[in-house]
Amino acid sequence: METYMDHAAARPVDPRVLEAMKPYFSESYGNPASFHSKGFESLKALDEARRQVASLIGAQDSEIVFTSGATESNNLAILGAAQRYRKRGKRVVISEIEHISVINISKELTRQGFEVVNAPVDSEGLVDLEQFKGLVNDDTVLVSIMAANGEIGTIQPIEQAAKIAHDHGSLFHTDATAAVGQIRLDVSMGLDFMTLSSNDIYGPKGVGALYVKKGLRLKPHMIGGGQEGGLRSGSENIPGIVGIGKAAEIIAGEMGEEAKRLSALRDKLIEEVLEAVPESHLNGHPTERLPNNANIRFSFIEGEALLLSLSDLGISVSSGSACVAKTLEPSHVLRALGLKHEEAHGSLVFTLGKSNRDEDVEYVVQSLPGVVKRLRAMSPLTPKELI
Amino acid sequence: MMYSEKVLDHFKNPRNVGEIEDADGVGTVGNPVCGDMMSIYIKVKDDRIDDVKFKTFGCGAAIATTSMTTELAKGKTLDEAMEITRQNVADELGGLPPVKMHCSNLAADALHEAVKDYRKKKGEA
Repeated sequence: METYMDHAAARPVDPRVLEAMKPYFSESYGNPASFHSKGFESLKALDEARRQVASLIGAQDSEIVFTSGATESNNLAILGAAQRYRKRGKRVVISEIEHISVINISKELTRQGFEVVNAPVDSEGLVDLEQFKGLVNDDTVLVSIMAANGEIGTIQPIEQAAKIAHDHGSLFHTDATAAVGQIRLDVSMGLDFMTLSSNDIYGPKGVGALYVKKGLRLKPHMIGGGQEGGLRSGSENIPGIVGIGKAAEIIAGEMGEEAKRLSALRDKLIEEVLEAVPESHLNGHPTERLPNNANIRFSFIEGEALLLSLSDLGISVSSGSACVAKTLEPSHVLRALGLKHEEAHGSLVFTLGKSNRDEDVEYVVQSLPGVVKRLRAMSPLTPKELI
Repeated sequence: MMYSEKVLDHFKNPRNVGEIEDADGVGTVGNPVCGDMMSIYIKVKDDRIDDVKFKTFGCGAAIATTSMTTELAKGKTLDEAMEITRQNVADELGGLPPVKMHCSNLAADALHEAVKDYRKKKGEA
């Protein structure tokens, strides 16, 4: 049996999205800047996609900028806002469990003379609002807190965080890559900038969007012909943009039902794995959690060995272990929860999606105990009574 | 990152897993903090490694290299065992991904520690 539970890493493109994209490769291939029928066709498609994405998050069409993906959107929002509004202050506050792109952008800001401050999270991954309040001051130009964390699933109180930021005259950005399409997000939550990714809503890879609140400016980094309101030059990737538009339209209609279905599957997975495997523990928040995320750690063994064993059984999942990271460091997210290195090494991340059914969860629940037992029997850390 | 067939084989079917209760020498290297830790247990007879077993906490490469090390060590004289290097182990496995060469390929050191432990107990060190 094949079971794919790594939707935070990559998702299949929805067949309806692919169908919508197809004409824009070899038939309607015009440049939206052109003054002829081919150009008008593409311009129409671009406008329609912008409307579809805006509608998903309650924005106006003109507030959507298309990019090459979440990493570019994060770069444009964070670097662009900090640099454009530098005179307002030099402090930038981010949470310590942001996506690696946000963390590395913040390091670049530090090199440019900004003062980046990390807001801590509690042991379940929630940004500690009391401490956060103490970190945002009148010298703060920008706050960036993710809407939800894709690895541990914890949903952040961004509405409150945005209010605190605004009370100090700071701008507020949220990276909604993991959250979009799973929980309702609306720019009326006090958002100035919001990062969206296409693949996370079953659109094509290589496309994303950034919401930029009307009236706000950003320093662009892609310089050229001034497309996308001057914020992102370069001829538009029309097939991709049509894809994210269609994906946004579909998910807006289906997310409520799907979130309900996935939450039930997720709860079954968590409950039954914790029951079937001794010394297994849930990482992240028990309730403030993305519908598709289960992150479970297994003591005394290491995640890569778990992934290899599960892959052999046709189960595709992910891990926060150092051994699967390029950096050879365990996940910064798990470390931020206060987990020790050796605890972080043994974690598995299950991210569910459209293709997953009860049988998939049952197969994982059946397969895991044996895999864990075999690796524990090999591990010098396993207490005798568990072997 | 992909492992060689041989690494996968040793990961899936590790040779000589376990502990030797009355081992003549034990060597442990690495630590759980960095994600790899292995113990090698040896029984020595007539200056040769008569039996060898291992336990490993770690990734696929850590388990495979320890398994291969025990296979290489079995039947060898203690001096020969001391000459088994990390590179020998990697070569026998058909190579390891570069990133795994230093972080997970520690089993030869564990073997050397086990021999040293035996020699120390015998008063030869």
